[in-house]
Amino acid sequence: MSTPLKSQLDRRTVLSGVLFGSGIAASMIDLFIFHLALQWHHFYDLSTTEVALTIDGFFHAFGWFITVWGLFLLADVRRRTEVHWVRWTGAVLAGVGFFQLFDGVVFHKLLGIHQIRYGVDLFVYDLTWIGSAVMLLMFGLLMLRRTRPARLRA
Amino acid sequence: MRHQEQHLDGLTGIAPADPLVWAALDVVLVLILVLAAVGHAAGLRAARRRSPWPLHRSILFYLGLLCAAAALLGPVASAAHSSFTAHMLGHLLLGMISPLLLARSAPVTLALRALPVQAARVLSRVLRSPGARVLTHPVVAGTLNAGGLWLLYATDLLQVMHVSPVAYTLVHLHIFVVGYVFSASLVGVDPDPHRASMALRSTVLVLFIAAHSILAKWLYAHPPEGAADGDARAGAQLMYYGGDAADVALLVLLFTGWYSANGPRSGQTVRPGGR
Repeated sequence: MSTPLKSQLDRRTVLSGVLFGSGIAASMIDLFIFHLALQWHHFYDLSTTEVALTIDGFFHAFGWFITVWGLFLLADVRRRTEVHWVRWTGAVLAGVGFFQLFDGVVFHKLLGIHQIRYGVDLFVYDLTWIGSAVMLLMFGLLMLRRTRPARLRA
Repeated sequence: MRHQEQHLDGLTGIAPADPLVWAALDVVLVLILVLAAVGHAAGLRAARRRSPWPLHRSILFYLGLLCAAAALLGPVASAAHSSFTAHMLGHLLLGMISPLLLARSAPVTLALRALPVQAARVLSRVLRSPGARVLTHPVVAGTLNAGGLWLLYATDLLQVMHVSPVAYTLVHLHIFVVGYVFSASLVGVDPDPHRASMALRSTVLVLFIAAHSILAKWLYAHPPEGAADGDARAGAQLMYYGGDAADVALLVLLFTGWYSANGPRSGQTVRPGGR
Protein backbone atom coordinates (compact mmCIF):
# COMPACT_ATOMS: atom_id res chain seq x y z
CA MET A 1 0.00 0.00 0.00
CA SER A 2 1.58 3.21 -1.13
CA THR A 3 2.18 6.00 1.36
CA PRO A 4 0.93 8.74 -1.02
CA LEU A 5 -2.45 6.99 -1.10
CA LYS A 6 -2.52 6.70 2.68
CA SER A 7 -1.67 10.34 3.16
CA GLN A 8 -4.25 11.29 0.53
CA LEU A 9 -6.92 9.33 2.40
CA ASP A 10 -5.77 10.89 5.67
CA ARG A 11 -6.11 14.39 4.20
CA ARG A 12 -9.52 13.43 2.91
CA THR A 13 -10.57 12.22 6.40
CA VAL A 14 -9.53 15.54 7.93
CA LEU A 15 -11.14 17.57 5.13
CA SER A 16 -14.37 15.59 5.53
CA GLY A 17 -14.45 16.28 9.27
CA VAL A 18 -13.68 19.99 8.97
CA LEU A 19 -16.26 20.48 6.19
CA PHE A 20 -18.92 18.51 8.05
CA GLY A 21 -18.16 20.29 11.35
CA SER A 22 -18.26 23.78 9.82
CA GLY A 23 -21.32 22.79 7.82
CA ILE A 24 -23.39 21.55 10.76
CA ALA A 25 -22.33 24.60 12.74
CA ALA A 26 -23.59 26.82 9.93
CA SER A 27 -26.73 24.95 8.94
CA MET A 28 -27.95 22.73 11.76
CA ILE A 29 -26.68 23.89 15.17
CA ASP A 30 -27.99 27.37 14.49
CA LEU A 31 -31.32 26.12 13.16
CA PHE A 32 -32.10 23.37 15.66
CA ILE A 33 -30.64 24.80 18.86
CA PHE A 34 -30.97 28.56 18.57
CA HIS A 35 -33.99 28.95 16.30
CA LEU A 36 -36.19 26.00 17.21
CA ALA A 37 -35.21 24.77 20.69
CA LEU A 38 -34.21 27.95 22.55
CA GLN A 39 -36.01 30.37 20.22
CA TRP A 40 -33.38 33.01 20.92
CA HIS A 41 -32.80 33.62 17.24
CA HIS A 42 -35.47 35.06 15.01
CA PHE A 43 -36.05 34.06 11.42
CA TYR A 44 -35.02 37.55 10.43
CA ASP A 45 -34.81 40.47 12.85
CA LEU A 46 -35.69 43.05 10.15
CA SER A 47 -32.85 45.33 11.21
CA THR A 48 -30.34 43.79 8.82
CA THR A 49 -28.87 45.67 5.88
CA GLU A 50 -29.38 44.13 2.47
CA VAL A 51 -25.65 43.54 2.09
CA ALA A 52 -25.56 41.54 5.31
CA LEU A 53 -28.68 39.65 4.24
CA THR A 54 -26.99 38.71 0.97
CA ILE A 55 -23.83 37.52 2.71
CA ASP A 56 -25.99 35.53 5.12
CA GLY A 57 -27.74 33.86 2.17
CA PHE A 58 -24.46 32.80 0.59
CA PHE A 59 -23.19 31.38 3.86
CA HIS A 60 -26.45 29.55 4.39
CA ALA A 61 -26.13 27.91 0.96
CA PHE A 62 -22.46 27.15 1.41
CA GLY A 63 -23.16 25.67 4.87
CA TRP A 64 -25.54 23.08 3.46
CA PHE A 65 -23.16 22.37 0.60
CA ILE A 66 -20.17 21.60 2.82
CA THR A 67 -22.31 19.54 5.23
CA VAL A 68 -23.34 17.19 2.42
CA TRP A 69 -19.90 17.30 0.80
CA GLY A 70 -18.23 16.37 4.11
CA LEU A 71 -20.51 13.37 4.59
CA PHE A 72 -19.94 12.09 1.06
CA LEU A 73 -16.16 12.47 1.49
CA LEU A 74 -16.48 10.39 4.67
CA ALA A 75 -18.43 7.72 2.79
CA ASP A 76 -15.72 7.80 0.12
CA VAL A 77 -12.91 7.33 2.64
CA ARG A 78 -14.91 4.55 4.25
CA ARG A 79 -15.17 2.54 1.05
CA ARG A 80 -11.42 2.89 0.47
CA THR A 81 -10.04 2.23 3.94
CA GLU A 82 -10.91 2.01 7.63
CA VAL A 83 -11.90 5.42 8.94
CA HIS A 84 -9.81 6.76 11.82
CA TRP A 85 -12.86 7.88 13.82
CA VAL A 86 -10.99 9.72 16.58
CA ARG A 87 -9.10 11.75 14.00
CA TRP A 88 -12.33 12.47 12.09
CA THR A 89 -14.06 13.55 15.33
CA GLY A 90 -11.17 15.91 16.08
CA ALA A 91 -11.59 17.43 12.63
CA VAL A 92 -15.35 17.82 13.20
CA LEU A 93 -14.79 19.60 16.55
CA ALA A 94 -12.19 21.86 14.97
CA GLY A 95 -14.64 22.63 12.15
CA VAL A 96 -17.50 23.43 14.56
CA GLY A 97 -15.19 25.61 16.67
CA PHE A 98 -13.81 27.40 13.64
CA PHE A 99 -17.23 28.23 12.24
CA GLN A 100 -18.69 29.29 15.61
CA LEU A 101 -15.71 31.58 16.12
CA PHE A 102 -16.13 33.02 12.64
CA ASP A 103 -19.89 33.39 13.18
CA GLY A 104 -19.45 35.01 16.59
CA VAL A 105 -16.80 37.48 15.48
CA VAL A 106 -17.68 38.30 11.85
CA PHE A 107 -21.46 37.82 11.69
CA HIS A 108 -22.59 38.82 15.16
CA LYS A 109 -20.08 41.57 15.87
CA LEU A 110 -18.58 42.95 12.64
CA LEU A 111 -21.58 42.62 10.30
CA GLY A 112 -24.27 42.63 12.98
CA ILE A 113 -26.49 40.25 11.00
CA HIS A 114 -28.17 39.02 14.13
CA GLN A 115 -27.41 38.68 17.82
CA ILE A 116 -27.31 35.60 20.02
CA ARG A 117 -30.27 36.67 22.11
CA TYR A 118 -32.44 39.74 22.24
CA GLY A 119 -33.29 41.95 25.19
CA VAL A 120 -30.38 40.83 27.37
CA ASP A 121 -26.88 42.08 28.13
CA LEU A 122 -24.98 40.58 25.22
CA PHE A 123 -21.50 40.68 26.70
CA VAL A 124 -21.88 37.45 28.71
CA TYR A 125 -23.43 35.67 25.73
CA ASP A 126 -20.75 36.84 23.32
CA LEU A 127 -18.04 35.85 25.76
CA THR A 128 -19.56 32.38 26.23
CA TRP A 129 -20.08 31.94 22.47
CA ILE A 130 -16.60 33.02 21.42
CA GLY A 131 -14.94 31.35 24.41
CA SER A 132 -16.63 27.99 23.77
CA ALA A 133 -15.78 28.29 20.07
CA VAL A 134 -12.10 28.84 20.84
CA MET A 135 -12.10 25.90 23.26
CA LEU A 136 -13.73 23.59 20.71
CA LEU A 137 -11.28 24.69 18.05
CA MET A 138 -8.26 24.13 20.33
CA PHE A 139 -9.57 20.76 21.52
CA GLY A 140 -10.21 19.66 17.93
CA LEU A 141 -6.76 20.76 16.81
CA LEU A 142 -5.21 18.94 19.77
CA MET A 143 -7.05 15.73 18.81
CA LEU A 144 -5.85 16.14 15.23
CA ARG A 145 -2.29 16.63 16.41
CA ARG A 146 -2.33 13.58 18.66
CA THR A 147 -3.77 11.32 15.97
CA ARG A 148 -1.32 12.23 13.22
CA PRO A 149 -0.36 9.07 11.32
CA ALA A 150 3.05 7.81 12.45
CA ARG A 151 4.56 7.65 8.98
CA LEU A 152 3.48 11.16 8.14
CA ARG A 153 5.13 12.68 11.17
CA ALA A 154 8.13 14.68 10.15
CA MET B 1 -64.90 30.85 -9.68
CA ARG B 2 -61.82 30.13 -7.66
CA HIS B 3 -59.94 33.37 -8.06
CA GLN B 4 -60.57 36.06 -5.51
CA GLU B 5 -60.97 39.28 -7.35
CA GLN B 6 -62.40 41.52 -4.66
CA HIS B 7 -59.15 42.60 -3.00
CA LEU B 8 -57.10 42.52 -6.19
CA ASP B 9 -59.32 44.62 -8.46
CA GLY B 10 -57.95 47.91 -7.26
CA LEU B 11 -54.33 46.85 -7.45
CA THR B 12 -53.77 46.00 -11.06
CA GLY B 13 -56.30 47.87 -13.12
CA ILE B 14 -56.77 44.77 -15.27
CA ALA B 15 -60.36 43.68 -15.80
CA PRO B 16 -60.90 40.24 -14.27
CA ALA B 17 -61.29 37.50 -16.85
CA ASP B 18 -64.49 35.56 -17.43
CA PRO B 19 -64.80 32.69 -14.91
CA LEU B 20 -65.33 30.42 -17.91
CA VAL B 21 -61.75 31.10 -19.01
CA TRP B 22 -60.45 29.88 -15.66
CA ALA B 23 -62.64 26.80 -15.89
CA ALA B 24 -61.37 26.11 -19.40
CA LEU B 25 -57.80 26.43 -18.12
CA ASP B 26 -58.53 23.76 -15.50
CA VAL B 27 -59.95 21.46 -18.16
CA VAL B 28 -56.84 21.87 -20.33
CA LEU B 29 -54.65 21.15 -17.30
CA VAL B 30 -56.54 17.96 -16.46
CA LEU B 31 -56.21 16.87 -20.09
CA ILE B 32 -52.44 17.48 -20.11
CA LEU B 33 -51.96 15.58 -16.85
CA VAL B 34 -54.09 12.64 -18.02
CA LEU B 35 -52.22 12.63 -21.34
CA ALA B 36 -48.88 12.49 -19.52
CA ALA B 37 -50.10 9.66 -17.25
CA VAL B 38 -51.44 7.65 -20.19
CA GLY B 39 -48.36 8.51 -22.26
CA HIS B 40 -46.08 6.98 -19.64
CA ALA B 41 -48.12 3.77 -19.56
CA ALA B 42 -48.16 3.65 -23.37
CA GLY B 43 -44.39 4.17 -23.38
CA LEU B 44 -43.92 1.24 -21.00
CA ARG B 45 -46.11 -0.92 -23.25
CA ALA B 46 -44.26 0.09 -26.41
CA ALA B 47 -40.89 -0.63 -24.80
CA ARG B 48 -41.96 -3.90 -23.13
CA ARG B 49 -39.63 -6.01 -25.30
CA ARG B 50 -36.59 -4.06 -24.05
CA SER B 51 -34.95 -4.67 -20.69
CA PRO B 52 -37.48 -4.16 -17.89
CA TRP B 53 -38.14 -0.54 -16.91
CA PRO B 54 -37.26 -0.02 -13.22
CA LEU B 55 -40.42 0.23 -11.15
CA HIS B 56 -39.06 3.08 -9.03
CA ARG B 57 -38.73 5.28 -12.13
CA SER B 58 -42.44 4.86 -12.87
CA ILE B 59 -43.28 5.59 -9.24
CA LEU B 60 -41.18 8.78 -9.39
CA PHE B 61 -42.94 9.79 -12.59
CA TYR B 62 -46.45 9.37 -11.20
CA LEU B 63 -45.52 11.05 -7.91
CA GLY B 64 -44.16 13.95 -9.95
CA LEU B 65 -47.43 14.23 -11.86
CA LEU B 66 -49.36 14.01 -8.60
CA CYS B 67 -47.36 16.90 -7.11
CA ALA B 68 -47.96 19.02 -10.22
CA ALA B 69 -51.68 18.19 -10.07
CA ALA B 70 -51.82 19.07 -6.37
CA ALA B 71 -50.20 22.43 -7.12
CA LEU B 72 -52.47 23.33 -10.03
CA LEU B 73 -55.86 21.82 -9.19
CA GLY B 74 -57.82 21.24 -6.02
CA PRO B 75 -57.63 22.86 -2.58
CA VAL B 76 -54.04 24.21 -2.73
CA ALA B 77 -54.64 25.88 -6.08
CA SER B 78 -57.94 27.48 -5.05
CA ALA B 79 -56.50 28.70 -1.74
CA ALA B 80 -53.45 30.08 -3.60
CA HIS B 81 -55.52 32.86 -5.11
CA SER B 82 -56.17 34.44 -1.73
CA SER B 83 -53.46 32.99 0.53
CA PHE B 84 -49.79 33.68 -0.07
CA THR B 85 -48.81 30.67 2.04
CA ALA B 86 -50.91 28.35 -0.13
CA HIS B 87 -49.45 30.00 -3.23
CA MET B 88 -45.96 29.24 -1.91
CA LEU B 89 -46.85 25.62 -1.16
CA GLY B 90 -48.14 25.25 -4.72
CA HIS B 91 -45.00 26.91 -6.01
CA LEU B 92 -42.75 24.49 -4.09
CA LEU B 93 -44.71 21.54 -5.44
CA LEU B 94 -44.79 22.76 -9.04
CA GLY B 95 -41.37 24.39 -9.31
CA MET B 96 -39.15 22.15 -7.20
CA ILE B 97 -40.61 18.85 -6.00
CA SER B 98 -42.54 17.77 -9.08
CA PRO B 99 -39.71 18.68 -11.53
CA LEU B 100 -37.17 16.88 -9.35
CA LEU B 101 -39.28 13.70 -9.19
CA LEU B 102 -39.89 13.83 -12.95
CA ALA B 103 -36.24 14.49 -13.78
CA ARG B 104 -35.26 11.43 -11.71
CA SER B 105 -37.83 9.29 -13.54
CA ALA B 106 -35.77 9.40 -16.78
CA PRO B 107 -38.64 10.40 -19.10
CA VAL B 108 -36.33 10.98 -22.09
CA THR B 109 -34.80 7.53 -21.74
CA LEU B 110 -38.26 5.98 -21.74
CA ALA B 111 -39.28 8.06 -24.76
CA LEU B 112 -36.17 7.01 -26.67
CA ARG B 113 -36.94 3.38 -25.92
CA ALA B 114 -40.62 3.59 -26.76
CA LEU B 115 -40.63 5.78 -29.87
CA PRO B 116 -40.22 4.34 -33.36
CA VAL B 117 -36.61 4.60 -34.59
CA GLN B 118 -37.24 7.62 -36.81
CA ALA B 119 -38.98 9.62 -34.10
CA ALA B 120 -36.37 8.62 -31.52
CA ARG B 121 -33.66 9.91 -33.86
CA VAL B 122 -35.44 13.24 -34.24
CA LEU B 123 -35.80 13.54 -30.45
CA SER B 124 -32.16 12.74 -29.88
CA ARG B 125 -31.13 15.24 -32.58
CA VAL B 126 -33.23 17.95 -30.92
CA LEU B 127 -31.67 17.19 -27.54
CA ARG B 128 -28.17 17.41 -29.01
CA SER B 129 -28.88 20.67 -30.87
CA PRO B 130 -27.03 23.87 -29.92
CA GLY B 131 -30.28 25.46 -28.71
CA ALA B 132 -31.00 22.60 -26.31
CA ARG B 133 -27.39 22.70 -25.22
CA VAL B 134 -27.66 26.37 -24.23
CA LEU B 135 -31.06 26.01 -22.52
CA THR B 136 -30.04 22.96 -20.50
CA HIS B 137 -26.78 24.51 -19.34
CA PRO B 138 -26.91 24.78 -15.52
CA VAL B 139 -25.92 28.46 -15.59
CA VAL B 140 -28.74 29.34 -18.02
CA ALA B 141 -31.31 27.13 -16.27
CA GLY B 142 -30.29 28.44 -12.84
CA THR B 143 -30.47 32.06 -13.99
CA LEU B 144 -33.90 31.57 -15.57
CA ASN B 145 -35.09 29.80 -12.43
CA ALA B 146 -33.84 32.30 -9.83
CA GLY B 147 -34.48 35.26 -12.17
CA GLY B 148 -38.08 34.15 -12.68
CA LEU B 149 -38.58 33.98 -8.91
CA TRP B 150 -37.26 37.49 -8.39
CA LEU B 151 -39.39 38.78 -11.26
CA LEU B 152 -42.49 37.15 -9.79
CA TYR B 153 -42.06 38.38 -6.23
CA ALA B 154 -40.21 41.66 -6.61
CA THR B 155 -42.59 43.11 -9.25
CA ASP B 156 -46.37 43.33 -9.69
CA LEU B 157 -46.39 40.09 -11.66
CA LEU B 158 -47.85 38.19 -8.72
CA GLN B 159 -50.95 40.43 -8.68
CA VAL B 160 -51.30 40.45 -12.45
CA MET B 161 -51.06 36.66 -12.48
CA HIS B 162 -54.09 36.26 -10.24
CA VAL B 163 -56.24 38.36 -12.55
CA SER B 164 -54.98 37.48 -16.01
CA PRO B 165 -55.29 33.85 -17.16
CA VAL B 166 -52.58 34.43 -19.79
CA ALA B 167 -50.08 35.62 -17.18
CA TYR B 168 -51.19 32.81 -14.85
CA THR B 169 -50.53 30.19 -17.52
CA LEU B 170 -47.17 31.65 -18.58
CA VAL B 171 -45.89 32.01 -15.02
CA HIS B 172 -46.84 28.46 -14.08
CA LEU B 173 -45.47 27.04 -17.32
CA HIS B 174 -42.21 28.90 -16.72
CA ILE B 175 -41.97 27.74 -13.10
CA PHE B 176 -42.50 24.11 -14.07
CA VAL B 177 -40.42 23.92 -17.27
CA VAL B 178 -37.47 25.85 -15.85
CA GLY B 179 -37.72 23.85 -12.62
CA TYR B 180 -37.48 20.66 -14.67
CA VAL B 181 -34.59 21.80 -16.85
CA PHE B 182 -32.75 23.06 -13.77
CA SER B 183 -33.19 19.76 -11.88
CA ALA B 184 -32.28 17.74 -14.97
CA SER B 185 -29.16 19.82 -15.66
CA LEU B 186 -27.92 19.24 -12.10
CA VAL B 187 -29.07 15.75 -11.12
CA GLY B 188 -30.88 14.34 -14.17
CA VAL B 189 -30.56 10.65 -14.96
CA ASP B 190 -31.35 10.90 -18.67
CA PRO B 191 -28.41 10.74 -21.05
CA ASP B 192 -26.91 14.23 -21.22
CA PRO B 193 -24.28 14.67 -23.93
CA HIS B 194 -23.26 18.02 -22.47
CA ARG B 195 -23.33 17.27 -18.74
CA ALA B 196 -21.55 20.12 -16.96
CA SER B 197 -18.67 19.40 -14.59
CA MET B 198 -19.25 18.67 -10.91
CA ALA B 199 -17.53 21.94 -9.94
CA LEU B 200 -19.78 24.01 -12.19
CA ARG B 201 -22.96 22.24 -11.12
CA SER B 202 -21.99 22.65 -7.44
CA THR B 203 -21.33 26.35 -7.91
CA VAL B 204 -24.64 26.90 -9.68
CA LEU B 205 -26.53 25.01 -6.98
CA VAL B 206 -24.89 26.96 -4.15
CA LEU B 207 -25.68 30.26 -5.90
CA PHE B 208 -29.26 29.12 -6.48
CA ILE B 209 -29.76 28.13 -2.84
CA ALA B 210 -28.36 31.51 -1.82
CA ALA B 211 -30.69 33.39 -4.21
CA HIS B 212 -33.64 31.35 -2.97
CA SER B 213 -32.96 31.99 0.72
CA ILE B 214 -32.14 35.68 0.23
CA LEU B 215 -35.41 36.13 -1.66
CA ALA B 216 -37.34 34.32 1.10
CA LYS B 217 -35.93 36.62 3.78
CA TRP B 218 -36.46 39.65 1.55
CA LEU B 219 -40.10 38.63 1.08
CA TYR B 220 -40.44 38.28 4.84
CA ALA B 221 -39.46 41.92 5.18
CA HIS B 222 -41.31 43.13 2.04
CA PRO B 223 -44.67 41.32 1.92
CA PRO B 224 -46.21 41.24 -1.57
CA GLU B 225 -49.13 43.59 -2.07
CA GLY B 226 -52.48 42.09 -1.24
CA ALA B 227 -51.03 39.60 1.27
CA ALA B 228 -51.63 40.14 4.98
CA ASP B 229 -48.46 40.48 7.08
CA GLY B 230 -48.88 37.19 8.94
CA ASP B 231 -49.72 35.31 5.75
CA ALA B 232 -46.76 36.81 3.89
CA ARG B 233 -44.37 35.92 6.70
CA ALA B 234 -45.66 32.36 6.95
CA GLY B 235 -45.30 32.07 3.16
CA ALA B 236 -41.76 33.46 3.22
CA GLN B 237 -40.74 30.99 5.92
CA LEU B 238 -42.31 28.14 3.99
CA MET B 239 -40.28 29.26 0.98
CA TYR B 240 -37.13 29.32 3.10
CA TYR B 241 -37.47 25.99 4.89
CA GLY B 242 -39.36 24.14 2.15
CA GLY B 243 -36.83 25.42 -0.38
CA ASP B 244 -34.05 24.24 1.92
CA ALA B 245 -35.50 20.73 2.06
CA ALA B 246 -35.68 20.54 -1.73
CA ASP B 247 -32.22 22.11 -2.07
CA VAL B 248 -30.68 19.61 0.33
CA ALA B 249 -32.28 16.80 -1.70
CA LEU B 250 -30.64 18.30 -4.81
CA LEU B 251 -27.28 18.46 -3.00
CA VAL B 252 -27.53 14.84 -1.85
CA LEU B 253 -28.42 13.67 -5.38
CA LEU B 254 -25.57 15.74 -6.85
CA PHE B 255 -23.06 14.09 -4.52
CA THR B 256 -24.64 10.65 -5.01
CA GLY B 257 -23.79 11.03 -8.69
CA TRP B 258 -20.22 12.05 -7.80
CA TYR B 259 -19.96 9.13 -5.36
CA SER B 260 -21.01 6.43 -7.79
CA ALA B 261 -18.91 7.88 -10.64
CA ASN B 262 -15.74 7.92 -8.51
CA GLY B 263 -15.56 4.45 -6.97
CA PRO B 264 -12.13 3.12 -6.04
CA ARG B 265 -10.24 1.36 -8.80
CA SER B 266 -7.85 -1.44 -7.95
CA GLY B 267 -4.92 -0.24 -5.87
CA GLN B 268 -6.93 2.65 -4.49
CA THR B 269 -8.00 0.99 -1.27
CA VAL B 270 -6.11 0.45 1.93
CA ARG B 271 -7.36 -2.48 3.99
CA PRO B 272 -6.60 -2.83 7.71
CA GLY B 273 -3.97 -5.54 7.10
CA GLY B 274 -2.03 -3.16 4.90
CA ARG B 275 -1.63 -0.48 7.53
